[in-house]
Amino acid sequence: MSPLLAGLLQLLALVAALALAYRPLGDHMARVYTSTRHLRAERWIYRAIGADPSAEMRWPAYLRAVLALSLVGVLLLYALQRAQGALPGSLGFHSIDPDQAFNTAASFVTNTNWQSYAGEQAMGPLVQTGGLAVQNFVSAAVGMAVAIALVRGFARSRTGELGNFWTDLVRGTVRVLLPISVVGALVLVACGAIQNFAGVHAVGQFMGGAQQWSGGAVASQEAIKELGTNGGGYFNANSAHPFENPTPLSNLFEVFLILLIPTALTRTFGRMTGSVKQGYAILATMAAIWLGFTALMMWTEFAHRGPAFEIAGGAMEGKETRFGVAGSSIFAVATTLTSTGAVNSFHSSYTGFGGGITMLGMQLGEIAPGGVGSGLYGMLVMAVIAVFIAGLMVGRTPEYLGKKIGVRQIKLAACYLLVTPALVLGLTAAAMALPTPGDSMTNAGPHGFSEILYAYTSAANNNGSAFAGLAADTPWFNTTLGIAMLLGRFLPIVLVLALAGSLAEQRSVPATTGTLSTQKPLFSGVLVATILIVTGLTYFPALALGPLAEGLAS
Amino acid sequence: MSTLTDPRTPPQAPRTAHRPAEERVGAGVFDPGLLVRSLPDAVRKLDPRVMVKSPVMFVVLTGSVLTTVLAALDPGDGFGWAITGWLWLTTLFANLAEAVAEGRGRAQAETLRRARTDTVARRVLGSGEERVAGTELRVGDLVVCEAGDTVPGDGDVVEGVASVDESAITGESAPVIRESGGDRSAVTGGTKVLSDRVVIRITTKPGETFIDRMIGLVEGAARQRTPNEIALNILLASLTIVFLLAVVTLQPFAVYAGAEQSMIVLTALLVCLIPTTIGALLSAIGIAGMDRLVQRNVLAMSGRAVEAAGDVSTLLLDKTGTITVGNRQAAAFVPVAGVTEEELAGAARLSSLADETPEGRSVVALADELYGPGGGAGAGGAPAGAEWVPFTAQTRMSGVDLDGRRVRKGAARSVTAWVKDRGGSVAQDADALADRIAEAGGTPLLVALEDVHGARVLGVVHLKDVVKEGMRERFGELRRMGIRTVMITGDNPLTAKAVAEEAGVDDFLAEATPEDKMALIKREQAGGKLVAMTGDGTNDAPALAQADVGVAMNTGTSAAKEAGNMVDLDSDPTKLIEIVRIGKQLLITRGALTTFSIANDVAKYFAIIPAMFAVAYPSLDRLNIMRLASPESAILSAVVFNALIIVVLVPLALKGVRYRPAGADAMLRRNLGRYGIGGLIAPFIGIKLIDLLISHIPGIG
Repeated sequence: MSPLLAGLLQLLALVAALALAYRPLGDHMARVYTSTRHLRAERWIYRAIGADPSAEMRWPAYLRAVLALSLVGVLLLYALQRAQGALPGSLGFHSIDPDQAFNTAASFVTNTNWQSYAGEQAMGPLVQTGGLAVQNFVSAAVGMAVAIALVRGFARSRTGELGNFWTDLVRGTVRVLLPISVVGALVLVACGAIQNFAGVHAVGQFMGGAQQWSGGAVASQEAIKELGTNGGGYFNANSAHPFENPTPLSNLFEVFLILLIPTALTRTFGRMTGSVKQGYAILATMAAIWLGFTALMMWTEFAHRGPAFEIAGGAMEGKETRFGVAGSSIFAVATTLTSTGAVNSFHSSYTGFGGGITMLGMQLGEIAPGGVGSGLYGMLVMAVIAVFIAGLMVGRTPEYLGKKIGVRQIKLAACYLLVTPALVLGLTAAAMALPTPGDSMTNAGPHGFSEILYAYTSAANNNGSAFAGLAADTPWFNTTLGIAMLLGRFLPIVLVLALAGSLAEQRSVPATTGTLSTQKPLFSGVLVATILIVTGLTYFPALALGPLAEGLAS
Repeated sequence: MSTLTDPRTPPQAPRTAHRPAEERVGAGVFDPGLLVRSLPDAVRKLDPRVMVKSPVMFVVLTGSVLTTVLAALDPGDGFGWAITGWLWLTTLFANLAEAVAEGRGRAQAETLRRARTDTVARRVLGSGEERVAGTELRVGDLVVCEAGDTVPGDGDVVEGVASVDESAITGESAPVIRESGGDRSAVTGGTKVLSDRVVIRITTKPGETFIDRMIGLVEGAARQRTPNEIALNILLASLTIVFLLAVVTLQPFAVYAGAEQSMIVLTALLVCLIPTTIGALLSAIGIAGMDRLVQRNVLAMSGRAVEAAGDVSTLLLDKTGTITVGNRQAAAFVPVAGVTEEELAGAARLSSLADETPEGRSVVALADELYGPGGGAGAGGAPAGAEWVPFTAQTRMSGVDLDGRRVRKGAARSVTAWVKDRGGSVAQDADALADRIAEAGGTPLLVALEDVHGARVLGVVHLKDVVKEGMRERFGELRRMGIRTVMITGDNPLTAKAVAEEAGVDDFLAEATPEDKMALIKREQAGGKLVAMTGDGTNDAPALAQADVGVAMNTGTSAAKEAGNMVDLDSDPTKLIEIVRIGKQLLITRGALTTFSIANDVAKYFAIIPAMFAVAYPSLDRLNIMRLASPESAILSAVVFNALIIVVLVPLALKGVRYRPAGADAMLRRNLGRYGIGGLIAPFIGIKLIDLLISHIPGIG
């Protein structure tokens, strides 16, 4: 079987698995977020944190809860890293430097999981499992909660209430993330991923010399790393490491976990707004972009240009032979179109265009299908923009799901549109203009520029993957990337919750034949075009000087 | 049931004929000369304090100033001057678009102003009167107007009746009657009393009269941005900021790449990217939308109302005058057993010859149509010696006595009683026939004859409401647009249902009182729907105010005009349909040009980015898919295209995008194809053509 055919079959299997899980999981999540019953375990949690699970929150209250939880998360994680040297269960690793500890705390709380450290050389099991893995769950549940709040904004009428953040957070964790993670971890263990607290082994090498292997609760962290679109690897090599991702099957399973919740949330969205077709339209938009990007990636990575590629059967530099070009391409696109940022190959080693595709994927705002929760709310904000322009063309004041898109809605959506480009372009420009940050580049020319552009793109969009080659553990990068992650996460959340509040207050307008039908393929097409054109126009000059210049040269 | 005509005089026949559904909502011819005449205004609008209202164009203005300074510092740089010149032209063209739009309204305002000449009012003081300037009148003052006087201000007639020439406002030269009390008491300042004498109570302060407001609206001086326009402006501003970011941050990247760019080139790139096309035309589109209404003699008190018109999902239409012609008409002769239709027609015709009511005339017309002029048995032209029996409210019959024959026609009960009084026989099936007609929503008119054979009922004339021609198609069209039509009538449910079915409206409200109407509006609005209606009477005022789009008839009371947010000077209720179309067209034009403007940017990137960076990275020359001659010509071509496209689109902005009533999907597909795909492709061709031209200029090509 040719590698290309194998790749296509993998893709087919992936789509089939996602399709199978779509309805049950989507419907399950809709029930989770609408049910009035509390599990006993959940009651204990509410009592412990002193939250009233049935109190409805308006958007400012919901936002305060999100921010308070995240602030506590950043502080705890920072303190844990700073104290690592003095705590048990650290394998003797030192405490983390302040700038790196800040960067890592910001990174895991924002669901980014940018890692300026090498896991096996810096973080012991206490921090990894007790700090980082906890945030893997919490940050994912926060994303889902915010998305659900926005969905309620569309679904509810003439109320400012968006639900209860604590309930959404706890239920998302207990009823969605935890069960799937447990199953996921077992599957990964079955595939050969490790799960132990064995510490460090010194192993003699076949060719002489010694190598150090770390053990750890890898499979469990791996499962939530992918499921929660986190991406922070236990090991520096991330999902390229055989302990994390041992076989092509585990590779495909990890991609499945990455895409699982973001896609199924469109069903939840459809269920909660009372029209599953609206959910399908959003899913179709995501799928179109995802499939298009995957096809492009395979095309550019399989394209045989030059004798070295010819022999390897594609651009194999930086890719694991056990995954091949196809398995790596599928993973790379999935990880950058979601906010995952796990890698099973080195994006820096991809062809010029291939590297560009990973960057553009993140620059789209990670909405196809995007991070858990953040993908859905990002896509819905783009839908608001698309509805506004397309809706005018049918001769009505634009409305989406029965809600008028007026001045306030456009103000919030437009600000949302501004946040990440401002962070990415502003900080990249600052890094290029200042004398020292450029020293971190390990390549010259367009590729060196791509390293920095990629870093800020990844941080501001809360992806977390890196264009390997940038020496990012410097105070400048730790600090600015940390700021980019925090602002890139929470400014959009502020805007999304404000939008949700403004929508929930509105009365629903019934649809007529004069209303733009947002559940039809035509609208999905408009949405895809809006996303590609708006993002493309924003980043075209920067991409031209990086991946495009590189890709067109070969 | 009364066979009387609806006591309310039917509104004047619509001046505008029924348009075929496909016809575009026109807006008069665009006169290219207007571009030249509006130039001074366009220059005047370069004032930064005015420009700042449009963030997009303000950025262009700033860019123009910046490049001017830079070009002045390096006067030998021909390319710099060329860019500078075209940036200024871009700014100017934007102002020109607005100036042209305003210029069209100004001519109209001039006509109105002539009507507002300083008048002298005769104010009533106790028993006498004094002469004061019209501007000194206060609300509540009583003034006297006699034949030849100009009405000094807006008010209501409180005493007397007069014919008034309102041509100054409506353009309609036929005088109208204004009388105290009732729904025809409002007079407008600036109109002229032609006959009789009236006393008017002033209801508006000087300077705020109807005519003053009209002038303000037409000139665009009072124009406030509508919510949708504000929202669009915000989106455009944010896109401008995004592109500003993209361009500002480009310089450090360019320096790293070894291709530092001049400020002039960066400014050119910025101006090309920001949505100048829609930014330049946005206010012109709004002004032109109001203008299109004015040309149809509709005054919108706010742009918000015009926008709301596009969103209307329920249309309340009065039956009489809007859906049906004002009166019922004879539709059939239904004879009782033993009588021929021709006999009945002849008798009915005879009885109606002197009947000047529309119903009577329609009976004669129908008989003539069926049996030829003067047709029908027993008929013979206008007979001499006939004694006409006029209709009275007591007898509820009319008819004729001629040569010993007596013919009567009228309400069923009255005619039956008449026949019985004369010892005649009422045919068995007469009642059944009448009932059947009533059930079908018609009005039965019994015809009876007394001659040598005694008195007897001949049959029934079927009177029915006549739905105006083309209404069914119009309602179908509205339905496709997603608008529900509700017919409002004072008729009983049976009649209402029949008319509703024939006209093809979606729903009806029978035996409607003003309270019912109000309740219906509130119910629709509670369901999130926007409601439009017309009205003229004082009792319509609350409903007009409650409706999202309330169109008051100019013939109506000042209370109605005050309550509505539009006034139709022609007093044509069917115009509501056209108003909805204009509202939709306004929004579509905005959306289409926004899409076009954004889609344009793709081509501009393909022109400018290779021009900027092909020197540093030769591989980027592959992006130069238009094969533009040189970097300078590429950038200049993009700037020139960007400026010229504004002028090219001015007529479209003023006329509005072609609009055909259709479902949302069909409309979106068409407009996306034309303005989305078109906007993607057009600049590739345009820029290439301009490049072919200017590459011959030495120093550029």
